Amino acid sequence: MTQLALVIDLNVCVGCHACVTSCKQWNTSGSAGPLADMDPYGADPNGTFFNRVQTFEVGEFPNTQTVHFPKSCLHCEDPPCVPVCPTGASYKRAEDGIVLVDYDKCIGCKYCSWACPYGARELDEKRQVMTKCTLCVDRIHDTALPERERKPACVLACPTNARLYGDIHDPESVVSRAIQERAGYALMPEWGTRPANHYLPRRRTEIPVHAEDLQRIDNPLKIDGRQPEHAHREPGREDFAT
Amino acid sequence: MKPAFSVIFLTTLIGAGQGLFLALFSAEVLSPGLDASDFQVVGSLLALGLCGLGLVASFFHLGHPERAWRSAAMWRSSWLSREVIALPLFMLALAAYGLAQAMGWRSTPFFGAAAALLCLALFVCTAMVYMSIRFLQEWASPLTLANYLLLGCASGFMLATLLATLFESAWPLVQPLAWAAAAFTLAALATRTASLRRNARLKPMSSLQTAIGVKHPRIVQKAQGFMGGSFNTREFFHGRSSEWLRGVKWAFLLLVFPLPLLGLAAGVATGSIALLALAFVLQYLGLLAERWFFLAQARHPQNLYYQAIS
Repeated sequence: MTQLALVIDLNVCVGCHACVTSCKQWNTSGSAGPLADMDPYGADPNGTFFNRVQTFEVGEFPNTQTVHFPKSCLHCEDPPCVPVCPTGASYKRAEDGIVLVDYDKCIGCKYCSWACPYGARELDEKRQVMTKCTLCVDRIHDTALPERERKPACVLACPTNARLYGDIHDPESVVSRAIQERAGYALMPEWGTRPANHYLPRRRTEIPVHAEDLQRIDNPLKIDGRQPEHAHREPGREDFAT
Repeated sequence: MKPAFSVIFLTTLIGAGQGLFLALFSAEVLSPGLDASDFQVVGSLLALGLCGLGLVASFFHLGHPERAWRSAAMWRSSWLSREVIALPLFMLALAAYGLAQAMGWRSTPFFGAAAALLCLALFVCTAMVYMSIRFLQEWASPLTLANYLLLGCASGFMLATLLATLFESAWPLVQPLAWAAAAFTLAALATRTASLRRNARLKPMSSLQTAIGVKHPRIVQKAQGFMGGSFNTREFFHGRSSEWLRGVKWAFLLLVFPLPLLGLAAGVATGSIALLALAFVLQYLGLLAERWFFLAQARHPQNLYYQAIS
């Protein structure tokens, strides 16, 4: 069984919002019609977005970490939003596990948005139907696109490669390996929704500074011996590195 | 959650209609010798009207009301879909019951029993719409069902008492209906205060730590990702101060329970239609406040993600 998903690397996300704008651009230009954009240049802009990047500060000054946190639909394996839909407009695709909304069946009762603990669904104010991340279903299966472009728009836009995309049920896929090797985790595990999207935690960054790194060993100005200090002639730490 | 007035009117109106029908049918069953068909017919029409108004109110909740017929499709999994089916079925059985009363058919107990079953099923469906969302912890309790059932019966029996005083043939019913209305009001007081106490002690299962998966005691949101509003900032928070919330709570505790009980007692003792009408109207206004509070009090875990603009 295929379960397509995103794995988001919080260690490298820089919070640039490129995934947000590329998501909006792709999904507002699709066959499903534009995403609402009300008063976009006014004092109180408003509209539908499938993806947001939020920023959290963890810890107490001076020991703080800034965590940029992209959030979109997690395509849960047991999605609580699907069984509550009275019309069957919300459904989870059997073939690839994507949770989708049939905009022609949705009556706009908002009940599914109540039933999503993550706030992943937004009612489009203009179309009055529930909308959500489609994992760019209209491009990941598009055989007219070159193979490497058959990925969600947010994944292609990410400049730091913080967004990995693939099948988490395939143990050999890049996303499964990332989850395995780097302790990928799910959000709000207490509700048993089994989100398909995973997040990779921050890693401790260590920069070991060696005394000899502070002085350039092969400084050409010193090689001829005209500078006051002596040139380093004996092999340094890096000469033993493989 | 942000209370939607369509939902408030839907649940309070059909609750009163269902309670009124249960009052009519129990009066029919428990006093077999009495012929109060005019009371029964007018009461059935009134109950039907209340449910119809509730149904109309529910359409205002929809973004696409013209597609409302689709909502009966997923009855196997969705309590909302089951409610959508149960309400018209109950109204149909109620109409048949009223018609049988008007025509003097002897099949009224049959239609009444069918309508009573559908009425109880509708109470269960309405309550389960809220109870079944497990992460809205304020709603996910059997007390929700008890409150919907007992508050609906309280206002319905209150209305039935008022109605019985208007028909001479139904005067023997006034006393027992008033006792039943008082009993349901007191029972509802017990379950509603129990749910208030439960919700006051409730500890949220989700926290910022589980929401973003970072295990540190101190996490502060610095930006939610946008500066204008969005569906996420509008739909899931009532936008009122905690003082306002407390005010609404005390208003409904006064309006739903002690004031109507006083009006009911004084109205039955003096035979005053005005006092009985006042008791019903006060209780209905109180129920509007109660339902507003019920919806507003639920704290949706998605709000954890929307705490700071920038």
